[in-house]
Amino acid sequence: MNPRFTQKIAFAVLLLATLLVVLPVLVILSIIVVKGASAISWDFLFSMPRDGMAAGGIFPAILGTLYLVCGAIIFAVPLGVMAAIFLVEYSSDNWLSRLVKLAIVNLAGVPSVVYGLFGLGIFVTFFGFGASILSGSLTLGIMILPVIITSSREALESVPQHFRTVSLSLGASHWQTIRHAVLPHALPGILTGMILGLGRAAGETAPILFTVAAFYLPRLPQSIFDQTMALPYHLYVISTQVPGIAENVRYGTALVLLTLVLLLNLAAILVRSRFRRNKKW
Amino acid sequence: MRPVSPRKLKEWVIEKAILLSGVFSVVFVLLIFLFLLREGLSLFRGESVIDFIFGKSWYPISQPPRFGILPLILGSLLVTLGAAAISVPIGIAAALFIAEIAPRRLKETLKAGIELLAAIPSVVIGFIGMITLGPWIKNLFNIPTGLTALTGSVTLAFMAMPTIVSIAEDAITAVPRQYREAAIAMGATQWQTTWRIVARAARPGMLAAVMLGIGRVIGETMAVMMVTGNAAISPSSFLQPVRTLTATIAAEMGESVQGGPHYAALFAIGIVLFIITFLINGVADLYLHRSRR
Repeated sequence: MNPRFTQKIAFAVLLLATLLVVLPVLVILSIIVVKGASAISWDFLFSMPRDGMAAGGIFPAILGTLYLVCGAIIFAVPLGVMAAIFLVEYSSDNWLSRLVKLAIVNLAGVPSVVYGLFGLGIFVTFFGFGASILSGSLTLGIMILPVIITSSREALESVPQHFRTVSLSLGASHWQTIRHAVLPHALPGILTGMILGLGRAAGETAPILFTVAAFYLPRLPQSIFDQTMALPYHLYVISTQVPGIAENVRYGTALVLLTLVLLLNLAAILVRSRFRRNKKW
Repeated sequence: MRPVSPRKLKEWVIEKAILLSGVFSVVFVLLIFLFLLREGLSLFRGESVIDFIFGKSWYPISQPPRFGILPLILGSLLVTLGAAAISVPIGIAAALFIAEIAPRRLKETLKAGIELLAAIPSVVIGFIGMITLGPWIKNLFNIPTGLTALTGSVTLAFMAMPTIVSIAEDAITAVPRQYREAAIAMGATQWQTTWRIVARAARPGMLAAVMLGIGRVIGETMAVMMVTGNAAISPSSFLQPVRTLTATIAAEMGESVQGGPHYAALFAIGIVLFIITFLINGVADLYLHRSRR
């Protein structure tokens, strides 16, 4: 067969495969927007559920998700950024840094339901926090730690080495160099990772199944030791276990969750591209 | 002793905190494994490991209860193999297109689209799979339920593809430019260059991409619980409902008694999952490092 002809066929196949990856995004978004938009209203977003959870709004679930992701970030960002600083600025290529890197790879690969088991074992039971916002946040925080570490590390590594050299040659200490000459330039990359971590935490259901999520609560949580509703868990329950809920309510809940996560993702993309445009080195 | 300046002391504390943070990742991996063992090993006081892994009956609430996870392993295996069969060829092909053929503007758009796919929460994909794909498969094959291993495979394939495409594309892009230039100088077409030279050179990275994609599928919980029908029997075809290891934990932990045998059995499944994904990630990491050398 003619090589040019083969090439045309091959390129067409590759393009088709690529569309198969990307088009499902559009299909999923379209279905959810078309079928869920009619459910969206002020009442849906900001009122409490009624009629045994079959009517009313999803405000407690939205609020609960926000509590959980903020808690996760509070835990994961300081730890993750410092771990990244360790890997980039303080470790040579020895057994310890290789062990840390391997651990990060494995943390990223742990199934989310195993994080749920771990959270149940250590925070709910061992530390005695019970099923609570605190347990859920800590569990999600550990789960998103690899995302934070990886993107922070990339951000730090992208800062030119001579920034450090100049700072050190002027008499600054190692930490002063990191604090004033490296971190400010790495900040947009760190921020991007943080936003992606937020999106990941907001969308996860399995880690919160055993550590915090509740389906029906008569009031909003009063402290970090209370249980809370959360959007992903709410969507799971109303789509699989509660008969009699209007279809557009289910799609509407999916739409709210998806919008929240995709807005975060979009924010991360914008921060990153702005950073790339403003890069001066 | 020489007086320590406040600034130096502060820096010492900060640097120790940084070192500690680095080590925390290792600590967390060990802690996860330790807590799974702590809660899960008590099961084996009353049941052998062999009976647990190869037993054919998962009846946690019968009297006496039976905890054999072979049907769950087979369920996970079936869904994973199906998802891999779909996502690997499509994912690799898409990676080749994005890395080698797409013009720059299109490339950026496609990568953003794939990132969006990766960002969609698994519970949303499970929801769409259950409501849209399930009925479609039911009608297509004229079967009693659309929640089957096949439905799970298709759903999870879409969840694995972003991982496969992203990592494979990185591996392809990392192939030195000189390889391509040398092949074209010898008269090869762009496709011959891409397929015979670049893809071959990127093979270890692509293999890592496949392993990580498969790890993603094995570890998926919510989507698979929503679309596979949750029947804990050994499957004999893709058109039957199945129960996966992950879905079993998620569906049953809420109803198990803390500290009881069912509770321990679910943690024991967690141990199995942890070991499987640990091995997969380890192998993938080896391939990634091999492709970087």
